[in-house]
Amino acid sequence: MKPIFRGGLPRLSLLLLLLGALTLVIADLRGDSVRSIRSAISVILTPVQWLVDIPTGVADDISSVLIDRAALLKDNNQLRSNSILLEKKVQQMMILRAENVRLRELLNASAKIDDQVLLAELIGVNPDPFQHQIILDKGSEDGIFIGQPVLDAGGVMGQVVEVSLYTNRTMLVTDGRHALPVEVVRNGMRAIALGKGSHGELDITHVADNADIRVGDLLVTSALAGRFPYGYPLAKIISVERDPSRKFMIVKAKPAARLDNSRYVLMVGEAEQETSSMSEQPAAKATAGGDS
Amino acid sequence: MNQHSPGGLMIILGTFIVALMLSQIPLPRMLEWWRPEFVALFVIYWIMALPQRFGVGSAWIIGLLLDVLKGSVLGINAIALTLIAYCALLMHKRLRMFPLWQQALVIFLLIVANQLIFYWLQALAGTKADDLQFLIPAVVSALLWPWVFVLLRGIRRTFKIS
Repeated sequence: MKPIFRGGLPRLSLLLLLLGALTLVIADLRGDSVRSIRSAISVILTPVQWLVDIPTGVADDISSVLIDRAALLKDNNQLRSNSILLEKKVQQMMILRAENVRLRELLNASAKIDDQVLLAELIGVNPDPFQHQIILDKGSEDGIFIGQPVLDAGGVMGQVVEVSLYTNRTMLVTDGRHALPVEVVRNGMRAIALGKGSHGELDITHVADNADIRVGDLLVTSALAGRFPYGYPLAKIISVERDPSRKFMIVKAKPAARLDNSRYVLMVGEAEQETSSMSEQPAAKATAGGDS
Repeated sequence: MNQHSPGGLMIILGTFIVALMLSQIPLPRMLEWWRPEFVALFVIYWIMALPQRFGVGSAWIIGLLLDVLKGSVLGINAIALTLIAYCALLMHKRLRMFPLWQQALVIFLLIVANQLIFYWLQALAGTKADDLQFLIPAVVSALLWPWVFVLLRGIRRTFKIS
């Protein structure tokens, strides 16, 4: 192996390297041009991410081997009663769904009830405390696309921000750079839920002083930005503060999803759907214009 | 110069794979600020020990890998690591003469520089630090330096990498 930089102080190469890195930084901040470089390097690094995850996986296996019978039985009973409850709900769902479809037909609205889902496993967490991101084991090979919503059993977790061949990086809703249009289930009031970079808390911004919002209200995705499907639970309001000296209320919410301990998550939607819905919009507008 | 052991490069690469993994292992939330900057420590060690083989170019590549792994803006770890690698290269002869605790002090300063550059550039992408917590890794890294040094020196001597 020959040294790349021979003898003396590598002033010139330092300068070139810094310039190269700065170009990358600027390109990354300006647009998507480095996305392919990033996903290529990501593929090389995939084994590292898998290796890091091995201890957690092994610990999970061991704890599932060592679990005692009583705990298992208790677990089993609980799951069984849960399942009965859910089945009862599903029975009602069937009727409600049929009714919903009928009503939508009457309204001439397009019916879309089921979303395509894919189960993914968490294989890593971003070590940088400033970035709330997780790494999941599904990539572009499995049809994952940028902007794909990620859910767990409780509700919305976040969206995909980076895809490589076999893994993807998902930004959680609590990340300081995440914002999500939501609505209050009780009265349909629209709002925007901003992540603030602290765990387990969201800010609901620009809520007018006289708005009808209470502690305990459930927020669901409103599908207004076109990324998240309608009606998945995002968070519960935990505090509402009226300050007469401010224009807006200070509203805080707690995410419904278990953002820091869900190992299995659901990835919703298909890439084709998203592209078609994006291209559908102008077409729909055109037909609407034609009708009127 | 021409008696490099053929496996040397692989060993150095191996240590960096370990460093990259250590920079990724999940820590409990209480400790998330206390993660030492393993990659930077390893870069400094290899520069100090083998400046003719491991230089700023290698540090740049490792930095790029770290960027992708951390999901930070592409290039900012590369900039930070290249700069501290250059500083380490400037004083590697002096650094070798220092006793370990004195080396650790220098390491502290280098990691502080690394953290400052990293978080300053990261702020361009919108994540801003509002307190000095991000300097904790510098302290932890400096405390860890003697062990890293002895370990890597052991590896270097065992495999006769020169």
